[in-house]
Amino acid sequence: MERLLHSRNFLGLVFMVPAGVLLLLFLTYPLGLGVWLGFTDAKVGRTGAWVGLENYQFLLGDSVARLALFNTLFYTVVASVLKFVLGLWLALLLNKHLPFKAFLRAVVLLPFIVPTALSAIAFWWLYDAQFSVLSWVLTRLGWIDRYIDFLGDPWNARWSVVAANVWRGVPFIAITLLAGLQTISPSLYEAAAIDGATPWQQFWNVTLPLLTPIIAVVMTFSVLFTFTDFQLIYVLTRGGPLNATHLMATLAFQRAIPGGALGEGSALAVAMVPFLLAAILFSYFGLQRRKWQQGGTDA
Amino acid sequence: MAREQDTQGMDYLVSLPRRVVTVYLPVLVFLVVLLFPFYWMVVTSFKPNEELISREANPFWIVAPTLAHFKRLLFQTEYPQWMWNTMLVAVVATFLSLAASVLAAYAIERLRFRGARETGLAIFLAYLVPPSILFIPLAAMVFRLGLFDTKFALILTYPTFLVPFATWLLMGYFRSIPYELEECALIDGASRWQILTKIILPLAVPGLISAGIFAFTLSWNEFIYALTFIQSSEQKTVPVGVVTELVEGDVYHWGALMAGALLGSVPVAIVYSFFVEYYVAGMTGAVKE
Repeated sequence: MERLLHSRNFLGLVFMVPAGVLLLLFLTYPLGLGVWLGFTDAKVGRTGAWVGLENYQFLLGDSVARLALFNTLFYTVVASVLKFVLGLWLALLLNKHLPFKAFLRAVVLLPFIVPTALSAIAFWWLYDAQFSVLSWVLTRLGWIDRYIDFLGDPWNARWSVVAANVWRGVPFIAITLLAGLQTISPSLYEAAAIDGATPWQQFWNVTLPLLTPIIAVVMTFSVLFTFTDFQLIYVLTRGGPLNATHLMATLAFQRAIPGGALGEGSALAVAMVPFLLAAILFSYFGLQRRKWQQGGTDA
Repeated sequence: MAREQDTQGMDYLVSLPRRVVTVYLPVLVFLVVLLFPFYWMVVTSFKPNEELISREANPFWIVAPTLAHFKRLLFQTEYPQWMWNTMLVAVVATFLSLAASVLAAYAIERLRFRGARETGLAIFLAYLVPPSILFIPLAAMVFRLGLFDTKFALILTYPTFLVPFATWLLMGYFRSIPYELEECALIDGASRWQILTKIILPLAVPGLISAGIFAFTLSWNEFIYALTFIQSSEQKTVPVGVVTELVEGDVYHWGALMAGALLGSVPVAIVYSFFVEYYVAGMTGAVKE
């Protein structure tokens, strides 16, 4: 007993038990169960029988599922690009010498910390077809003569949910990139300026290369969570109008929980995995830390 | 302080009018856009219904502010119960996850048992598994375990995204604590448990606060599990309750909805405002590692 308590391996195992049990039971097991369910025709309250690839074949031929895939890709690509550009710009701005810097940084992060479902309700009200304040302002300015149907028209709805997602995501990207910017030594910019580099050249040749590793990590997270987004869509449109904003996650929910088709819903959820892996691998191999950036030689 | 000076860099070389156009103006626009929805929540929740549906009056101001929406929310709906549920679930899930994470992070980072590296990597990968992939099989499990429509379903499933995050963050903090302190204690005959509780934990308090408030806000904001595993109104959390219960048919009580959204955001905003630095440290720390 005495010997055991001094053994690192035994103690390590004991210390790992609570976290290990929780994660194996509620993360690893359901992950496997989800893959299994995807190959069955399970319904709520009924264990399904093995049906092989039937669910996937059905989804391939299902126009709504294909539309959901398109919507998800559109939503992820457009929102991620906008979040990155605006987030980087905001980070660069906040990195300048500004009054009330700490306060500004705290305020900027607010959209990120407030529950998304609740801020989405505010957007729902902002996008209201009859009482939207955005339409009110635009009519007063004389830019439009009829109130905009933000969530009633397929393409309007797609852009509206992207806008709400960007609003929520920009602060996270800006603040994490700001942390990266603050680690870049000002002497590098001084050296570049002495060599006659324009601000644009300084950004392109000093800031961006040094920021690449952190951009890779932040954007991986951003893409991951945008691709699997659920609550914003659920609150704003529930996938409508005409399924124009259904993402794979919201469609999986609709089919599996209110619809009761656990097998089909699981198949939809599992179908997201290859895309997520591709995004992770892309950022890992495409943007990973290059050795020369740390003074080594490029391998 | 020296750092503060440094970040100013060469900004003083830029003339004032130029700074106004390239820095202050864009910052102002960003701030207005980022904060407008909150302003709108506040304005809407204090506006009487007649003003809400008037297209003529200036919508940005309230002529006759009212507390009617808050009164309706607090006395005619189960909002207070949802608040209590959310608080309970968030606090319990946070403490449970922190306890498990401290032990795991210490084991991985300091005991360095065989396979510690691989375990650390697995924890990081677990962090990348999004809830929208897990909720269907979890729903099946919750049902079979008889936990459907109880707070236990949430308390047990929230650690799936809290533990990986908190462990990863705490590993970084433990790494920064000098190993020599631990060696001294070992020579003096302290057990691992004593080292953890008497030396490591007191030194890792900032890390614990970061992980704790981050976990608390994540649990408070959680939506998809709470929506899937809970059915009866008296068990719901605030985000789910507001979205599913306050919308009755086609009549939207915008005032009450906004009041609900506002009140539901206040607890996280308060926690956040007290610990901004820790929060940012947690967020950027988790990404940087």
